[in-house]
Amino acid sequence: MNEIIEQVLGFLSLLSLCGGLFFLFVGTVGLLRLPDVFNRLHATTKCDTLGAGLVLLSLALQSSAAVGTRLILLALFILITNPTAAHVIAQAAYKAGITPVLSRRPSND
Amino acid sequence: MVDLTQLLDYAYQVGAILVMLMIFLSLLRALLGPTVQDRVAAVNIIGTKTLLIITLIAEVYGHQYFLDIAMVYALMSFITTIGVAKYLEKGVLG
Repeated sequence: MNEIIEQVLGFLSLLSLCGGLFFLFVGTVGLLRLPDVFNRLHATTKCDTLGAGLVLLSLALQSSAAVGTRLILLALFILITNPTAAHVIAQAAYKAGITPVLSRRPSND
Repeated sequence: MVDLTQLLDYAYQVGAILVMLMIFLSLLRALLGPTVQDRVAAVNIIGTKTLLIITLIAEVYGHQYFLDIAMVYALMSFITTIGVAKYLEKGVLG
């Protein structure tokens, strides 16, 4: 019984790690390829928060209770601070007069 | 039955290497980025990924005190981003 639980936890941990790495990669591609600072923030903030949370969850499933609590606290901290930082950067970009790409009028040529 | 513990150990090492490669890709945006806000966003993302590398290394090497370092690193990265963005917006610090 104990062995089965260990196998299931290991499988969940591996799945969570692969998902987290996938979302981190998608966020990086969005940071490189999207045309505007707002689009880049939109892509990276969500993907990076979810990816970091999944990787930390994968580590927390494998460790003891004390270490797992610290990892979950770290994930909660990222969940709070990462959108806040992106919001502040986006506000600074908006006040600096950068126009978002999608709100420009299409040219007539 | 597959030996999942050994497999997970390798998976964490490979994951740390992959996150390091993603850091290099993000650094490309920090170098190229046309506006200053692009660079700040890229540096923020690099901070999050460095934190992930620290936690993965703590698991691989078994040094649990690396997690405290990761917490301090998260705090410093957040405060740096807030400070730089505030400076870009207002022109003064404080």
